[in-house]
Amino acid sequence: MEQTLISMDWQAMAPEWTVAAGAALLLLLDLLAKRSVSRAWIGALALLTVFVSGGFLLAQAGEPATQILEGSYRADSFALAFKALMLTGTALVILLSFVMGKEELENREGEYWYLLLFALLGGMMMASSTDLVTLFVGLELLSISSYILVGVRRKHPASTEAAWKYVVLGGVGSAFTLYGMSFLYGISGSTDLFTIQQMVPEALYNGSEGLVWLSLALMIVGFGFKISSVPFHMWTPDVYQGAATPVTVFLAVVSKAAAFALIIRVLLIGYLQLWMIREAFETVNWMLMILAAASMLVGSAAALRQTDAKRLLAYSSIAQAGFLLVPLVSVKQGIGTTLLPSLFFYLAVYVLMTAGAFAVTERVTAEAETGDIRAFAGLGRRRPWLAFIMSVLLLSLAGLPPAAGFLGKFYLMTGVIFAGEYWLAVVMVAATVASYYYYFAFIRQMYFRSSGPEEIKERRAWPAVVVGGICAIGVLILGLWPDLLLEPMNVIDWVQAITPVSSSVMEP
Amino acid sequence: MKEWSTALPTLVTFAPLLGILALLLLPNQRVVVHRLVAWVSSVLTLALAVCLYAHFDPAASGMQMAVSVPWFTISMPQFQLEWVFHYAMGVDGLSMPLVLLTAVVTVLAVAASRYVRKRLRTYYMLLLLLQTGMLGVFLANNYFLFFVFFEVTLVSLFFLVGLWGYLGREKAANHFLLYNGLGSGFLLISMVGAMVLGRSLQYDEVAKKIEYMLNAPEVHPVLETLSWVTLISLLIAFAIKLPVFPFHSWMLRVHVEAPIPAVMIHSGVLLKMGAYGMIRFGLGWFPDQMREVAGWLAVLGLVNILYGAVLAFVQKELKRVLAYSSVSHMGIILFGLASLNGTGLQGAVFQAVSHGLISALLFFLVGSLYERTRTTELDELGGLAKAMPVFSGILMVAAMALLGLPGLSGFISEFLAFLGLFETRPVLTSVGALGLVLAAAYTLRALLKTTFGPLKARLVAEGDLVPGETVPMLSLTALIVLIGVWPAVLGDPMQETLKVIVSKIGG
Repeated sequence: MEQTLISMDWQAMAPEWTVAAGAALLLLLDLLAKRSVSRAWIGALALLTVFVSGGFLLAQAGEPATQILEGSYRADSFALAFKALMLTGTALVILLSFVMGKEELENREGEYWYLLLFALLGGMMMASSTDLVTLFVGLELLSISSYILVGVRRKHPASTEAAWKYVVLGGVGSAFTLYGMSFLYGISGSTDLFTIQQMVPEALYNGSEGLVWLSLALMIVGFGFKISSVPFHMWTPDVYQGAATPVTVFLAVVSKAAAFALIIRVLLIGYLQLWMIREAFETVNWMLMILAAASMLVGSAAALRQTDAKRLLAYSSIAQAGFLLVPLVSVKQGIGTTLLPSLFFYLAVYVLMTAGAFAVTERVTAEAETGDIRAFAGLGRRRPWLAFIMSVLLLSLAGLPPAAGFLGKFYLMTGVIFAGEYWLAVVMVAATVASYYYYFAFIRQMYFRSSGPEEIKERRAWPAVVVGGICAIGVLILGLWPDLLLEPMNVIDWVQAITPVSSSVMEP
Repeated sequence: MKEWSTALPTLVTFAPLLGILALLLLPNQRVVVHRLVAWVSSVLTLALAVCLYAHFDPAASGMQMAVSVPWFTISMPQFQLEWVFHYAMGVDGLSMPLVLLTAVVTVLAVAASRYVRKRLRTYYMLLLLLQTGMLGVFLANNYFLFFVFFEVTLVSLFFLVGLWGYLGREKAANHFLLYNGLGSGFLLISMVGAMVLGRSLQYDEVAKKIEYMLNAPEVHPVLETLSWVTLISLLIAFAIKLPVFPFHSWMLRVHVEAPIPAVMIHSGVLLKMGAYGMIRFGLGWFPDQMREVAGWLAVLGLVNILYGAVLAFVQKELKRVLAYSSVSHMGIILFGLASLNGTGLQGAVFQAVSHGLISALLFFLVGSLYERTRTTELDELGGLAKAMPVFSGILMVAAMALLGLPGLSGFISEFLAFLGLFETRPVLTSVGALGLVLAAAYTLRALLKTTFGPLKARLVAEGDLVPGETVPMLSLTALIVLIGVWPAVLGDPMQETLKVIVSKIGG
């Protein structure tokens, strides 16, 4: 049936519309309002936007999947789950940003807020698209906004340098992705992932096999940059360290979640057939396994030597990216989608752990006016609650029960053992044991060392405490009552992520 | 069996949390109140544990007072699996003695906490958290739950060592964390392995499934490999905990550097978790395969016994003597395990409990000594029998128990363990018996160096033990004597459970 723009089910995009409208409104307000007017209330509006968008998202829960724009944009439960994650992450980032204050943002708060929303919009688009073009548009919207966000502190040399690195390397990543996409288009003559899905096996057998693999390899390189997996991780420590902490959180949390949504869409829809054919499956599996194992090992090993708190967390997030890749490995031949519960659970927990840990780090390093991990010395005495919050988050990151990080890792590991990849399980264990050492480096500082004699500067702390506290409580609750997340996840029909919406829904 | 008694294991496990809550909510910063709360909480837990013992039916073999409620579900649709994890608690003949041991040693540790003076509120909270972890380890009836409690003990002991220990505390805490973290890693592998093999993590279900699977006429080679991977990784995990040579270095550091109450718990209870795990999961789940590795366990046991004993003999410091003696005594547990018969296993559990009590008492004594003399170097001690007669008297009884004097608990356990292994490996056992001679040698050497000879001048002014120390120490001594002269009090409850395990091994 012919669809017109008007007849389309625009409601499916209500959450995105909200974010887009919110961002546009903030942009206008920032332009029109006098320079003397405080920009703090723009942040409040941004938070409101995220909440309204979340409301629309919740209203979609349980609805059948719909797609619009010639099937290139869909609202299914997969997109819904990932968007919920990204909205949560952004809400935490916004809360955290309230602490940054004027001096940090150099009176450029206005653009900070709407750029954040634009980046979020890009991420949300990535979760919903099933078409190479919209996927790439979403990816670039997210990336370009992030480049500026990283460099938003113009007077900080570290920040400028980080922005530079991020632009250059992020651009390389995008280029690889786009290059890979072009081959895919060449093979199939279409940008629609479901069409590509049907054309890939044909290409495999009519001699274009090399092109299929080339496109996959190029795209994996591109995605590797975005999720900062080894060996495409080089930018991560510098950028995470140089950016303002809320921006770092955004990169580590929202951007990464979006990238995983993208990877799943592309790999599992576009290349689904590779999972079906035995020989091809072996190759894909090895590619992903090596990526996962290398990220876990290199990330952990490098983290062991870090003395800068944010760099340490950056390397730890590289290792975590390896863990997040693990469920893609444990996909058994033919049944592509069903790894998603364990990935999603770990991702959700990861969002909480990482956001919380960076939030506390921002507060502590700002107080001590040094990024060194020694800023944490004596925190257990100075601020027992903040230290306790950080401890819970670190225990979760290290994968110790009863925090939810443990269950997440356990869930991933079960999949690996079931898939019969024992050596990867051993790598997971090795990385986890190494991670005890570096995560406990914070704990050693907080509790076993005393702070120096110099006076600690008191700063506004509530956003860090609120964000860290929310995350720590969330991690504990999910650890003790995991069904709170697992049950809704079990209701979600993950297969929707890779199956086309039946044509009956398309009827006007 | 009354219905309400199924709540007992849960109550016992989480009773210390009440103490933690009270400590958290009490605004009073006075130390006396904190100490009082810890006392009340640990005594209450002991009372509940005794209540558990009173309700325990020694004639039944399986888990008693068991409770199992669904906790959460994880789904693995790619393997058509849905797993319901259970919150499952219960007690059987294997865990009952260890639960009592935990409750007793914790009360003692609270008594010994009189030597701890800084940051008491946090200290007691961690001590009680550690107790919850230990009780949970023994009372859990589900491997996942076991793991959770196991890690709780790891984290709480890490803080206890690192914050309240002696000079090398931070290093000791790190060492402890890394070794035990590695152990947890292996434990995690074994847990996932058990889950894949058993399609469950409930103890008896896993045992049944594995038995069924490995006794099938044709065992799939993958399953066989996986079962070996599972068994070996759980043996490594518990060997680190026990500790078996060469995984023992962390334990020496903890013994020397940790605060006295933590060492009492560590040496008294935490090491025994290794033995418990080996019996519960190793023998309980993989009886046939354990028969194949039993020889290795016996050899490792021999190494532990002799290595520990020889090194204990040459140490110059009291805590190190005791630490190496612990290594030696854990070898006896391995002997008992490797015997694969009822006598030997009983010996192993007896040894676990008995050594727990004895080493708790000995470290309590060392703590009280250090408190007064500020030294535990053997060369700087001597002649204490004159200055501190009560102390020296109790020390002598404890030392006699350690070297296995008949009539005290140490004798029964060593006798049973050696007797058990002698049936199958007479030569090895005879060599191992050399360890008993060495034990007499190092114990007497340490004892004589501290209590006899001329009194060192700087020790003259030291006062003897006060009632706050003597009362708990004497009650502990009474327990050691009680088990020594009336072993049935400990032996009867475990009889039936061990019988079931032995029947599966076919020994």
